[in-house]
Amino acid sequence: MSQGVEVVGLYVRDQDEALTFYVEKLGFRVHTDARNGDYRWLTVQHPDQPSLQLGLFTPQSPMLDAATAQTLRELVAKGAMPPLVLAVDDCRAAYDRMRARGVEFTQEPVARFGSVDAGFRDPSGNGWKMIEARR
Amino acid sequence: MSQDPELLRRLLRAKDRMDAASHEEWPVRRLARVSGVSAAHFARSFKEAFGVPPHRYLLTRRIERAMALLRDADLSITEIAFETGWKSLGTFGRTFRDVTGESPGAIRARERAAPSDLASVPVCFLRAAHRPDLTIAVSEKRRQEADDTKGTNETEVP
Repeated sequence: MSQGVEVVGLYVRDQDEALTFYVEKLGFRVHTDARNGDYRWLTVQHPDQPSLQLGLFTPQSPMLDAATAQTLRELVAKGAMPPLVLAVDDCRAAYDRMRARGVEFTQEPVARFGSVDAGFRDPSGNGWKMIEARR
Repeated sequence: MSQDPELLRRLLRAKDRMDAASHEEWPVRRLARVSGVSAAHFARSFKEAFGVPPHRYLLTRRIERAMALLRDADLSITEIAFETGWKSLGTFGRTFRDVTGESPGAIRARERAAPSDLASVPVCFLRAAHRPDLTIAVSEKRRQEADDTKGTNETEVP
């Protein structure tokens, strides 16, 4: 596939912290980690989904003015960013595995409507739903 | 009105805890402990961050959950009242009506009759979209409605 969405970015409060979280706790891989001065282009990817990169970016100058960057940091910390959904084969098994690694769950696995879902947040406050793919 | 993101992240944790167990009692002291701040600081900061006082936020979550159970669960209205954290059916019914404008029984009948074309929206997001938008206190809402029925046209300035 040569056309389609390639990178979707999240704002995070600290890129090192986010990298550790997404790689060590969620099992993503680093796709690109490139620095240019204070700027760092950092993307990770799900091992089963090589066509999509998840960007882990900080709101920062010079792309954003200081006040806008501060507002975004507040929004992320308040959990006000858009929904994220992670599809898994087995929600309860993934929950046990991730919880043992210290992932902050906001909702234990619940079975409803023919699937199982749970909720967690990354250290910055981005909220994920983890939903078992329907078979 | 800028707030420290690090504090906001901890306030969010208290909000998440209410979301996860809205049927439980959440006095400010308990919430403040989750966020690691004093009770007075918590109440003020939470309202500033999320626009509503913590107890009212909890109320909207309980109503949201009750609405979902009315629609989807085979529980009696009394069971739903206790399941969602109310201590009496009377308080539940009255509060529910004050917030949503309809009785629990009426909502149940209507929701069950309506076909759903929203099956592909993740349930949790769907629920959040149906959360009551409680911008004023329930007591204030009651008072306004009482005034309306008396035919006054004065607008309350919150």
